[in-house]
Amino acid sequence: MATMDRPLTQNIRTGRAFATLEDYRKTGGYEGLKKTLADLKPKDVQQWVKDAGLRGRGGAGFSTGLKWSLVPIDQAPAQPRYLVINADEMEPGTFKDRLLLEKDPHQLLEGIVIAAYAIQAQTAYIFLRAEYRLAAERLTRAMQEARAAHYIGAHILDSDFSLEIHLHTSAGRYICGEESALLNALEGKRATPRPKPPFAVVSGLWGRPTVVNNVETLCNVPHILRHGADWYKGLGRGADAGTKLFGASGRVKKPGLWELPMGTPIREILEDHADGMKDGYRLRGFLPGGASTDFLLPEHLDVPMEFDTVAKAGSRMGTGTIIVLDDKTCPVQMVLNLERFFAQESCGWCTPCRDGLPWTVTLLQDIVEGRGRPEDLDTLSRLTRMLGPGNTFCALAPGAMEPLQSALKYFREDFERYIFQNRTLKEAV
Amino acid sequence: MATIEVDGRTYEVQDGSNLLAECLSLGLDLPYFCWHPAMGSVGACRQCAVIQYKDAEDTRGRLVMACITPVADNLRISLNADVARQFRADNIELLMINHPHDCPVCEEGGECHLQDMTLMTGHTSRRYRGRKRTHRNQYLGPFVNHEMNRCIACYRCVRFYNDYAGGADLEVLGIHNNVYFGRHEDGTLESEFSGNLVEVCPTGVFTDKPFSDRYTRKWDLQTAPSVCVHCSLGCNTTPGERYGELRRIVNRYHGDVNGYFLCDRGRFGYGFVNSDLRGRFPRIERQPVAVAGTAIEHFRTQIRSAKGIIGIGSPRASLEANFTLRELVGETNFFLGLDETEHDLLESILGILANGGIHTPTLRETEQADAVLILGEDVTHSAPRLALSLRQSVRNATFDLARQLKIPRWLDAAVRQLEGQVQSPLFIASVHATRLHDSAAETFHGSPEAIARLGFAIAHSLNPESPLPSGLDEAEEALAALIAGRLREAKRPLIVSGTSCASLAVVQAAYNIARALPAQNKGLLYALPEANSLGLTMIGGRRLKDAFARVQDGSADTMVILENDLYRRAPAPQIDAFLDAARHVAVIDHLENPTTAKAGLLLPAATFAESEGTLVNNEGRAQCYFPVYPAQEPILAGWEWLIRVMDNPRWHHFRDLTSACAAAIPALAGIERFPAEEHLPKIPRQPHRYSGRTAMHADVSVIEPPPPQDCETPFAFSMEGDTVHVPPALLPVVWAPGWNSNQAINKFQDEVAGPLRSGNPGIRLIQASGMLPWFDRIPPAFVPERGFWRIVRLPNIFAGEELSAHSAPVAERFPDACVFVNPEDAETLAVSNGDSVEIRYELELSSLRIPVRIDSTMPAGLLGITAGLPPFRHLPNGARVALIKAGPEAPAKTGENQ
Repeated sequence: MATMDRPLTQNIRTGRAFATLEDYRKTGGYEGLKKTLADLKPKDVQQWVKDAGLRGRGGAGFSTGLKWSLVPIDQAPAQPRYLVINADEMEPGTFKDRLLLEKDPHQLLEGIVIAAYAIQAQTAYIFLRAEYRLAAERLTRAMQEARAAHYIGAHILDSDFSLEIHLHTSAGRYICGEESALLNALEGKRATPRPKPPFAVVSGLWGRPTVVNNVETLCNVPHILRHGADWYKGLGRGADAGTKLFGASGRVKKPGLWELPMGTPIREILEDHADGMKDGYRLRGFLPGGASTDFLLPEHLDVPMEFDTVAKAGSRMGTGTIIVLDDKTCPVQMVLNLERFFAQESCGWCTPCRDGLPWTVTLLQDIVEGRGRPEDLDTLSRLTRMLGPGNTFCALAPGAMEPLQSALKYFREDFERYIFQNRTLKEAV
Repeated sequence: MATIEVDGRTYEVQDGSNLLAECLSLGLDLPYFCWHPAMGSVGACRQCAVIQYKDAEDTRGRLVMACITPVADNLRISLNADVARQFRADNIELLMINHPHDCPVCEEGGECHLQDMTLMTGHTSRRYRGRKRTHRNQYLGPFVNHEMNRCIACYRCVRFYNDYAGGADLEVLGIHNNVYFGRHEDGTLESEFSGNLVEVCPTGVFTDKPFSDRYTRKWDLQTAPSVCVHCSLGCNTTPGERYGELRRIVNRYHGDVNGYFLCDRGRFGYGFVNSDLRGRFPRIERQPVAVAGTAIEHFRTQIRSAKGIIGIGSPRASLEANFTLRELVGETNFFLGLDETEHDLLESILGILANGGIHTPTLRETEQADAVLILGEDVTHSAPRLALSLRQSVRNATFDLARQLKIPRWLDAAVRQLEGQVQSPLFIASVHATRLHDSAAETFHGSPEAIARLGFAIAHSLNPESPLPSGLDEAEEALAALIAGRLREAKRPLIVSGTSCASLAVVQAAYNIARALPAQNKGLLYALPEANSLGLTMIGGRRLKDAFARVQDGSADTMVILENDLYRRAPAPQIDAFLDAARHVAVIDHLENPTTAKAGLLLPAATFAESEGTLVNNEGRAQCYFPVYPAQEPILAGWEWLIRVMDNPRWHHFRDLTSACAAAIPALAGIERFPAEEHLPKIPRQPHRYSGRTAMHADVSVIEPPPPQDCETPFAFSMEGDTVHVPPALLPVVWAPGWNSNQAINKFQDEVAGPLRSGNPGIRLIQASGMLPWFDRIPPAFVPERGFWRIVRLPNIFAGEELSAHSAPVAERFPDACVFVNPEDAETLAVSNGDSVEIRYELELSSLRIPVRIDSTMPAGLLGITAGLPPFRHLPNGARVALIKAGPEAPAKTGENQ
């Protein structure tokens, strides 16, 4: 693939640990920023990104340009505004931001400065997953380089625009990836989600207008500014614009991560890029976008990876990193493993999540350990509805219910086998 | 107003409110946990789920949480839709997964919001088969028990304790279903409002510790409406009795005064009622007598044979008791029984309240203030419940900002996010740092003179006609200008002052500031020393020193002292001389104290819990308390002793007495309507589930005695009577079908958190009118004197009040006895923290050895002592003392007064 076709990973090469400032500039790095500061007003930047059709890569797929345009930037007197970068990549099975952070940190920094300019933020915080130590190291180094080169700091590239970027390494909790819990954590409070409304663009960090963007989202921005909205839209194969990092984990021959056009069919990702299933394993199903998405089946392989098409198939594109379920892995145990994670990571704020998730774990554990009862499946089904969207305070529990509810739908016989044939964990494997 | 449709019926509701509050205001039953009428919505518990429909055609609707759903015109919702009912039942099932179901042994049982809500949702059987998670409980001090296993994680405790009350030592720890609400280590809860956790907690995690020691179910408690007697604010309380013993006090909602919360002194200070120090029998010349009649005969003889009689009233006795004493001895022989300074202060304050033309706000109104200046008070200690209200006042600027951002004020978490951007100013000028300093915009520490001078400077800055103190330094001038500037901008400025500084100049400076404020909607509030300080001053009477003179010159030889320990009013030698010179000293009081020890005739008086009376709080609100249970013979109410000793009493009943008091004293005319009109049939003090009535005393006698008669109040010592037509202000207990906890109060308000239906209790006796001339007696600056220090008494919530200090759990919270000195003074004395100093009185020969605490906010030349602590009882405010560092292991010297 030509570099122009994979802008996000163009600087990632075998044999190179990571792209330095020099490496980054060689492929046109910081050109987008130069153009932005020289020629464009903040509203223009917002419009460009809106026109380009960039949708948030954290999983929700909200229009980035639209989000920026909701920030009040004309009030007098001017008040502090913040850009916060959600680099708390903790979704099980997801490792896309890590690649971008570790291999090409300047791409993110350029995206941050442009985005901050678009919303007239004076301060940006990168909220980084605790375990991403290498990323922290490389970001710190890149920030020093960028500061020395006047890409961040006061009067960036001799313009009127100034921006301070702070790197904040998380103390480590899944819920910190929820943007409002992230803001609380950043303020030094418990990482409990906030009520919405008000949204962060109205009252975010320290109650000020704030935009929270995902790492991958912002990495797209310099390229849009450099090459234009039409170019960006042309990158996609279907309705969604641009490219995206897609990944695959599980028993495929070549687990990994690839930058591909939006709209690439799942079959292409799993068969061409991941090279198909390992010998002796058959594809049973997959979670298309991380742990908190619904299972899809082999029959869905031709669904293009796009926000709306995957949703229509009954799941979510989420982070675009596929977790593969093979025929020799027990889906019940896989779901139990996931639910344990979600129950552990519930912040404890709202009842259904705090007390419902541990109950699903107990039930699933009873089932795989041979203590399951027929009515447990009804209870689990009821819990998936009870913990559904709108019923809980944030999206954690509904996300946790997605693999469970779809497993109950697609792999019901596996659950029933435990219950009705008194199979135990050992026998099931 | 907005029109909404709930399950097919239309209602008019408050626009801008939330659905839960409005449903409750409409009298509908919708279960909830995390929402609290005073603390707003956070959407955590998910219990108040209802179905909201898009429009008239929508039949499915979607589930929303009522507490975080704003009311809008034409909103269509259903509480009864199957989906909503099922969700609420399922949610309770989740909440109850780890709950121990230990209701039979839980102190909350029978008044448990969790029980009520569980029943309301219909959840009866559990499907969960796993193990319950368990927690270790903590020791939280003498007031509150901790049983974390009962927790349903509604977060109300931390929201009250930290967000609302400004505490810092109760936290939520841990995550997922292991969240833990406690301290980071075992230890006494530091907040002065910790007892509210007992009522804020919807289940039995935080329970009333002194109550659990002498536990009784709510339904077995005999109760009556009451008023707190431990400070001047007049918070409403519901004391409960069983077996002739006062068992506990809970908050009684008053929309204008205490709202939903009490301070810990008010909640736990009742122990004196059950104290061993209670006089249970009359005593004639130190000999107890068994019946009241004997004592009354003796009393009568004394009065008949008196050459001259004087009566000394009390700021902690009711209007009726004080009035009857005045009637007994005659107006010219009635003395207020206050120390000189306090007498001056109270008269001056009454003058200001009555004729100064400035409104005294209710506590509820103080919460609305958008700029507050506290002049010379440490309100957390001198008027504790006020501190909680003032903490809310600083949030008003945040509420304004929230309104601009279209964030409703009840959406608590969202509003609190804005904190830190703006704050309504709170200025505190006090002797040393106070507990409210964390909320203050600016603070000033100084001697009472310095505080008064700053006050005068602020008043002058607001209005140049108000006199300017001379010789202010630049910093003081700048601070005065800054404070004046912020007060001038405010729409609802409030000046808070009081008697703690024992300084007339402070009181008067506060008036000058209030008068100088341009705002229409301004307030001036004084914290006073005792529960009926203002009422006593309104009755009026002579000074204590005149009483001394009367005995001295022989024109009086008999005295009647009503509920007043004179040793708290003047130095002991003076009181000794006074009491010794009288031929007859009759004392009417509850507790043994130095004065009762000198009584030739002691008449044991009923406390607030066993008698009725009217108290006037600091805002001039007359409120009535009623006996919770009958006083045990031969104990009588103060007023009753006094009536019974009269030869031809004109009144025999409390109500007549109240009317007579109203008729005789124009300032008190308002209490004519007090207490409530005769209520027939009477209101039962015992709940309809009261148990064991026929068996309670079966160990003594199997004959069921007839219930005691109450001829004085609208209440009966009985289960029988009218429970239907009771005005909410007279409810002995808050209860409604399905609502057994105190949260049943919703059923007695038209709007949640609004006034009680049929009105909040009490009658305001003072309407602001007139205007006083500018006060111009500005004191010169206090200049420390080399080698000498001036005693300044610092109020303390636990040690500072006479009666509550006799409550064992309160006494456990006494601060350590120490003296506060400025760091430079400490250096002069060559002492460090914890070293002892010897205090030598200037006039007396005794001295006191006491550890030093260095306090950087203490003004130089002042020696701070905690008012009320036993070692300091005899150290008068303002005394000039010498200090020397005490030797490291100096043995107690003769004459030393430890």
